[in-house]
Amino acid sequence: MMTRVLWIDVEIKLDIDCPSERSMERILLMSLTTETPSSRQLLMGNEAIAWGAIEAGVRVVAAYPGTPSTEVTEHIIQHAADYGIYAEWSVNEKVALETAIAASWAGARAMACMKQVGLNVASDPLMTLAYLGTKGGLVLVVADDPGPHSSQTEQDTRLFARFAKLPVLDPSTPAEAREMTKLAFELSESLKVPVILRPTTRTAHVCQDVEFSPPPRPAIPLPPLHFERDPNWAILPTLSAKKHRWLNACQKDMGRWFVEKGLNRVVPGCSDADTVSVGIVTGGVSYNYVQEALANLGVSLPVYKVGGPTPLPAEDVLDYLQGKQAVLIVEEQEPVIEEQLTVAAFHRGMQIPFFGKLSGHLPREGEFNTNTVQAALRRYFAEVLPELSLPEVPAAQAGLTDIPAPPLRTPILCAGCPHRNSFYAFKQALKRQDALFTGDIGCYTLGVMPPLRAADTIVCMGASVAMAAGFDRVEPDRPHIAFLGDSTFFHSGIPPLINAVYNQARMTLVVLDNRTTAMTGHQPHPGLGWKGKQEPAPYIDIAAIAQACGVEWIRTVDPYDLPSMISAAKEAVEYPGVSVIIARRDCISIAKRQIPHQIDHAACRRCGLCIRQFGCPALFEAPLTEEERQEGRKSGAVRIAREKCFGCGACAQVCPWDAISPEVQR
Amino acid sequence: MKQGMNILLVGVGGQGTILASKILSHVALAQGFDVKMSEIHGMAQRGGSVVTQVRIAEKVYGPIIEPGEADVLVAFEKLEAYRWAHMLKPGGTLIINDQKIEPLPVLIGTATYPETIFDDIQQRVEKVTIVPALEIATGLGNAKASNVVLMGVLAASMDIPRQCWDEALEAKVPARFLELNQKAFQAGYDYISCS
Repeated sequence: MMTRVLWIDVEIKLDIDCPSERSMERILLMSLTTETPSSRQLLMGNEAIAWGAIEAGVRVVAAYPGTPSTEVTEHIIQHAADYGIYAEWSVNEKVALETAIAASWAGARAMACMKQVGLNVASDPLMTLAYLGTKGGLVLVVADDPGPHSSQTEQDTRLFARFAKLPVLDPSTPAEAREMTKLAFELSESLKVPVILRPTTRTAHVCQDVEFSPPPRPAIPLPPLHFERDPNWAILPTLSAKKHRWLNACQKDMGRWFVEKGLNRVVPGCSDADTVSVGIVTGGVSYNYVQEALANLGVSLPVYKVGGPTPLPAEDVLDYLQGKQAVLIVEEQEPVIEEQLTVAAFHRGMQIPFFGKLSGHLPREGEFNTNTVQAALRRYFAEVLPELSLPEVPAAQAGLTDIPAPPLRTPILCAGCPHRNSFYAFKQALKRQDALFTGDIGCYTLGVMPPLRAADTIVCMGASVAMAAGFDRVEPDRPHIAFLGDSTFFHSGIPPLINAVYNQARMTLVVLDNRTTAMTGHQPHPGLGWKGKQEPAPYIDIAAIAQACGVEWIRTVDPYDLPSMISAAKEAVEYPGVSVIIARRDCISIAKRQIPHQIDHAACRRCGLCIRQFGCPALFEAPLTEEERQEGRKSGAVRIAREKCFGCGACAQVCPWDAISPEVQR
Repeated sequence: MKQGMNILLVGVGGQGTILASKILSHVALAQGFDVKMSEIHGMAQRGGSVVTQVRIAEKVYGPIIEPGEADVLVAFEKLEAYRWAHMLKPGGTLIINDQKIEPLPVLIGTATYPETIFDDIQQRVEKVTIVPALEIATGLGNAKASNVVLMGVLAASMDIPRQCWDEALEAKVPARFLELNQKAFQAGYDYISCS
């Protein structure tokens, strides 16, 4: 056990010391971990978190997939049986957290994983959980996505944690994410509070070499646990008032714990220099950019690294700032450290200038990188240490920056994607009716793109349904069609469907049932009949749910059959109430490829409808040949990229000239 | 390989840039380097422009490669070479797959696919290798192996023992596709010397 504790300290130090000392650290590390054979492996941040949780003895893991958090749970599910872990894909983040709460209260170490907007869904139980606390360690992994790369907001989970008054651990690297996961369980058990581990995209989706070997497997099955009854597990106003005082009193302990564990600490510079008179405070992935930018600038100074940003133990940071001329605070997303530090400095009567987001030295939106941070550091040094000479900015490579901007390549629905067919069918069926399409979160969000333009609104998971009904209240003469996926239907599509029926809205819901959670990498959901490792599970039928919700008009249609889809669309919209179409066809990523299609160039009139209205990426227009130009042709021949064609046959149904058909198989 | 390297792999979602970068990272790891590889999952996988960054050095801090800092740029598609060329450092190497994948604005006729990509790039970058990786992979029986053809070309331009690459292939490629990918790698590896 002793070796493991030492090993944690060394592993964390790996990222803080001078490069020259690094090889020595590694030798030390190797010698300390000889007890179990270990090797350097490339671990993705999310995989590192998964292993950290397994090493910490997590017993229950519940999650809803969401980029960039998904792989944490995927890795745990892979190894769950070996370590006696119960791991599930829950229907949504609220359910996932509530599952983890129960496990924790029975004494198990538990974890709930989600992306940042998932925490919005789980916020209801979270706020009460903060008051009631935990028994077994409870860790929420909430992945933030500054940029954003694949999210609807850039919200900062550290601010959410401040709202809930809960501690956050903010890793800089995958290796640190693994260690912090273990520490998060420790903190949760020592203070009886849930702990949020908050990787960002550049930690969660970065792979790093980590000294690692899987932990020994326990004897399975693990002994059952027992929930002890206690009035402190049931929130009532009187208990709430008492627990609120307790939670407030804990705040200082949380911060103290960050300092004691070395999560918040001064990282010394490599040498003594006059630059020690200026301060830099940073945390999370920004720490890497600070160190790299300092190295590029040839400056070395002690940096205060914040691994526990909320609640910030500000006194410790102010001690570091004592005697300094100024401080630059470098953090992505919101000025969470900066604002807490500013308040604390005011109370201590500290008068040094603070630079950061509030001073305009660093942007408040988007993702940082070394260049952003380096520019801020240059400005900071020029203002505070004008005598310091810094290397010139290297000139951009001549010639490469003047290449004209190429056409955008945004993501698109795959060739053969059944969602395209559903959108196209509705566009065709309702082309004279100016129907409004409310969209949702999933691959089908891409329906917003031209040429389909089949999503007029997108808000959040499940919003399409209630919004279609909501629009009906103010513009009843227009058809309102909501589109959402099968997994999203289970996540948050059912209550608004019940609401629409109960409150007698007129709308159509199209469940784009492609039999998977496609966007996040094909996790299962309750409508499939199997679970995380493809073990069988009860099958929950979407049509039966719709019926039980009181929907009287329900059809299940194959979107590969465009004429049926179009006539179902017309009929559904005619229905004076809530109608539901389940457009059921497997996602092309999980289905077997069918016979590629070909074009009969004698029949094709080059009208371009298949390309410009249907928009399948397997269809394209070939450049005009010289011969064609002489013939006076205006457009090139339509072709099918054979390697892309899935063989769905929709283009053959779209073509008015019968010019497209499956290839003849020999 | 003595010094560190920044290698950028760019392409279109679904072309296998992530597997390629895993092979590369595995090789760098075996060479005893610090490695950080950064990728973007999610929506971009659906046919969008994708970029994977691999940083290899004695000590790597940030996971992101800045403009003008890439030692090698491997473009899995021509237009993406164009889009990301500014990331290349002076004297850097550019490997381009001679494959055209039209983005949506081109497909639906609201933009045109530039026809002068190779000329524009060759005028500006000294070390350019254009590889018909799709053609080579299709010839070997599976167009999907073009990513590994490109890894073969990259390997031939790097000072890392061949055995390391072979081991990385075995470690990262599923067994049933290994033989195909070994052939694809070899074809890429031999490409420069043959052409």
